[in-house]
Amino acid sequence: MLYYLKLTRESEYRIERVLYRQGKIVGGVYVGRGQEAIGVGSAIQLAEGDVALPSHRDFSSFVIRGVPLGQIFANWMGRGTGPTRGRENTLHIGNLKLGLIPIVSPLGDTLPVACGVALTFQQRRRKNVAVVHFGEGTTSRGDVHEAMNLAAVMKLAVVFICNNNAYAYSTPTERQYTVRDLSVRGPAYGMPGVTIDGNNVLAVYGAVQKAIALGRAGGGPSFIECKTFRMTGHSAHDAAEYVPKELLEQEARKDPILRLEKVMLERQLLTREGLVEMERRIHKEIDEAVAYADAQPLPEGATAVKGVYCGPDCWWKS
Amino acid sequence: MPTRTYLEAIRQGIWEEMERDPSVFLLGEDIGAYGGAFKVTEGMLEKFGEDRVIDTPISESAIVGAAVGAALMGMRPVVEMQFMDFIACGFDQIVNMAAKIHYRWGPAVPLVIRGPSGAGVHGGPYHSQSNEMWFVHTPGLKVVAPSTAYDAKGLIKASIRDDNPVIFYEHKFLYRRIKDEVPDDDYVVPLGKAAVRREGSDIAVITYGAMVWTALDAAKELEKEGIALEVVDLRTLVPYDEDAVLRSVRKCNKVILLHEDTRTGGMAGELAALIAERAFDDLDGPIVRVTAPDTPVPFSPPLEEYFLPNARKVVEAARQLAAY
Repeated sequence: MLYYLKLTRESEYRIERVLYRQGKIVGGVYVGRGQEAIGVGSAIQLAEGDVALPSHRDFSSFVIRGVPLGQIFANWMGRGTGPTRGRENTLHIGNLKLGLIPIVSPLGDTLPVACGVALTFQQRRRKNVAVVHFGEGTTSRGDVHEAMNLAAVMKLAVVFICNNNAYAYSTPTERQYTVRDLSVRGPAYGMPGVTIDGNNVLAVYGAVQKAIALGRAGGGPSFIECKTFRMTGHSAHDAAEYVPKELLEQEARKDPILRLEKVMLERQLLTREGLVEMERRIHKEIDEAVAYADAQPLPEGATAVKGVYCGPDCWWKS
Repeated sequence: MPTRTYLEAIRQGIWEEMERDPSVFLLGEDIGAYGGAFKVTEGMLEKFGEDRVIDTPISESAIVGAAVGAALMGMRPVVEMQFMDFIACGFDQIVNMAAKIHYRWGPAVPLVIRGPSGAGVHGGPYHSQSNEMWFVHTPGLKVVAPSTAYDAKGLIKASIRDDNPVIFYEHKFLYRRIKDEVPDDDYVVPLGKAAVRREGSDIAVITYGAMVWTALDAAKELEKEGIALEVVDLRTLVPYDEDAVLRSVRKCNKVILLHEDTRTGGMAGELAALIAERAFDDLDGPIVRVTAPDTPVPFSPPLEEYFLPNARKVVEAARQLAAY
């Protein structure tokens, strides 16, 4: 888990602080600095046949489910050989073989889709689960209500994970909802709801493990609120001056990666040398992935009109 | 050959597809024990069971979203909108999720969203709309609007077999009012092929849905005056049969574009542009639109009658155009 946490942090650093500034990434840049534990602690325990519907701040889910790092960078850079052939940006990367369904920018739309995925599991008597991530801002959308209610009524194996990072763009939680913990909404729909420390990867792992077990056993959906903090702007162009400095400093001390490192070093599950070696390996992997992506061509402009419809002569198969 | 109503033909088409393909299933409000607000899915719960005929909470967005999720997993969901007016509640899932997935990352999204549309039954503003153009304007969707019972069966079957999201507009006025010969055979009517419902040489009327019957009524009336209408039924709006439209325009040299939908941004405008671009030299008169006015659909009978195009309005437009 430490490896994926660090790989995610470093990859997103490259994207937000290096490649974006070099002009190699056009368009918006949204990263999950500070909240990596949620994606890692959940995606790492998915089994074959399970489906993840990560948010735009869950970089690790894509790596863990098996999208090659170079392909992820190629997508960010709009390359024609990337997973979306330049049609989509950031982490809007789907791959059904890997059990990955990406967000659309009207966030919250993936929650009903997760219900449909779990409905198919139910119809086919499979013990798989759908795990969907979304922010606390998204919980204000009607689709979240509709999906949570539908999942509860139909007893669908969906794990609803709210990455509560305290700000929806510039809007703090008190302008988004009035309850202290969003997990009260779980029981309101008739499903378990818990609020956990989202910066503790072991706590995330434990809560998601329980929810997955319930789903596999036919016990229906669960709601997990992971409290974390967005240690960057909404996107790369946002300086986030609306976040008080003291708050940011206070939250920085809860960094999920440093916390796991500390625990592992204390319990002698990791040595200093091991850590350095891991970091070296991560840097090398990212260097190679960026080099691969940067060598990929941009798409031909005229391909913009291809593959609008699926049919026997499907462009995507070419 | 057995005769069936438009509604029975749709039911038979869905029924046959469910028997043929276990991945086809139904999702909607009151479609199970109740059999749907108009009874299109009557008897299906008993026949196919709760796994395949699923009553949902009143959540159009979640219904469409769930259908997308199931379609991605290899199922072929058929969603019922209780009235097509309520499709607006699922709009985002249709235009931002379903329509764009194939373009964005490649998978097939085989799903059908079907339901009753159209006016003429004093349903008022929320049980009468013809809102097909919302979806005609969204690349990635197909849009179907049958006018006959034969087509209703063949087109619903083709729509269920299609690998794209299809919005299927049933006209509620036709449900039990028209009946025609519908074979028990397994046939499909391919999407994108228009039908000439009546041959004529003076004015081509291009239309779809219930207005096909209005055009045919007008044609009978005008025949007495020596004006021969050709009536072209588009059958599907996306994709639509450009060749058939142009063929009839080139044959008649005059054209009326007729629809029940409101005027601005309606299908007639799109067809007028096509004709102006590709058949300008073939025209012997102005392109004429007969449509509903740009208002919501009113409730009270005199208001609704004023709102709706009818045979008299088509006859008047045709007389003027014939004299041009």
